[in-house]
Amino acid sequence: MAKSFVQEFTKGLWTEIPPFRLVLGLCPTLALTKSLENGVGMGVAFTFVLILSNILISMLRNVIPKQVRLSCYIIVIATFVTIVELLMQAYAFPLYQKLGIFIPLIVVNCIVLGRAEAFAAKNGVIPSIADALGMGIGYTLALGTLAAFREIFGAGTLTFPFINYSIHNVLGSSYKPFTFLVEAPGAFVCLGLMLCVMNMLGKK
Amino acid sequence: MRDVIKLFLIVTIFSAVSGWALATVRNLTGERIEIQQLTYVKGPALKEILAGSSNDPITDRFKVPDGKKQIDVFTGVFEGKKNTVAFEVSGKGYGGNIGIMVAFNIEKDELAGIGVTTHSETPGLGARAKTEPSFRAQFKGVSINKPVKVRPEGGDIDALSGATVTSKGVCAGVNDSIEIYKRLKIEILKNIKG
Repeated sequence: MAKSFVQEFTKGLWTEIPPFRLVLGLCPTLALTKSLENGVGMGVAFTFVLILSNILISMLRNVIPKQVRLSCYIIVIATFVTIVELLMQAYAFPLYQKLGIFIPLIVVNCIVLGRAEAFAAKNGVIPSIADALGMGIGYTLALGTLAAFREIFGAGTLTFPFINYSIHNVLGSSYKPFTFLVEAPGAFVCLGLMLCVMNMLGKK
Repeated sequence: MRDVIKLFLIVTIFSAVSGWALATVRNLTGERIEIQQLTYVKGPALKEILAGSSNDPITDRFKVPDGKKQIDVFTGVFEGKKNTVAFEVSGKGYGGNIGIMVAFNIEKDELAGIGVTTHSETPGLGARAKTEPSFRAQFKGVSINKPVKVRPEGGDIDALSGATVTSKGVCAGVNDSIEIYKRLKIEILKNIKG
């Protein structure tokens, strides 16, 4: 309980990095990592929701009765998700078109509810912010890495988020894209490889 | 019993606050979302069929009531005259509804062009309705006096090869739009002059 702000923050980046270590929130991880832009966009939307819901739930943790805590958490999370969805439609419409149904699905993303239940409900506001930031950035990094890998090898391109810029033929024009990687089964294979690398590095 | 009432109250308060917050955000962003949707969903099709107009069709739009519905009508200015209007209809395609933006020349009473806004047709087959301009070009200058049909059904439109259902769906959508145009022409003219 007496961990510092930095410790709460950094655990989300490596030791408990959400999709790899906690193996939660896999649905968008598999579906939205076809391009770097989509992956990072999803990560940012997710981080925003996670920070806000962690703050609010941690503030209200003594008000919410145990018996109805899950419904209260879901109401809070769903509200923030809808707000993010509306803001995205208003200010980042092209990204909203790409992410589509996966934005409302953040509501049922286990990481957000998981962090609310496992962390924000037991800790103060400041550690909860640190936890949300770490988890959110960790999730964004994980999605970004997976997406960049799949996009470079699967399509041969790389689209950067937010700046509307993309490189064609990252691996040279003679590279034949390995399209299997941008298909859904390719996502599983890539995720498995990432887990494998993470475990090998973690053993030392 | 008191406990149950307390739980009930807390969840109610949560829902009420959440509802209030959502309504507020929705009101604040509603107008911007509408503009964004017009720009990104209907904008590209509008730009294509009203290419060369000297105004911005998205700004020069008005609503016309058609029964219970409100139809967004976009105007194009050519040669200094507001002589072209466009609105969106939907036709039944192979993979679902196809959104079709149809433009009419009000002086000549003919089609000024069609554009596809949204669709879920098969890539490489039906989706060519959106990607191949030559298919859509056939609708330009077609008279509104007889229904538009594909060639096998006795019309003049060459269907996309391998995508007859899509082609028929587009034609049906265009025919609907012709009906709507005939029905609302007086109303549309009133809006353009006023």
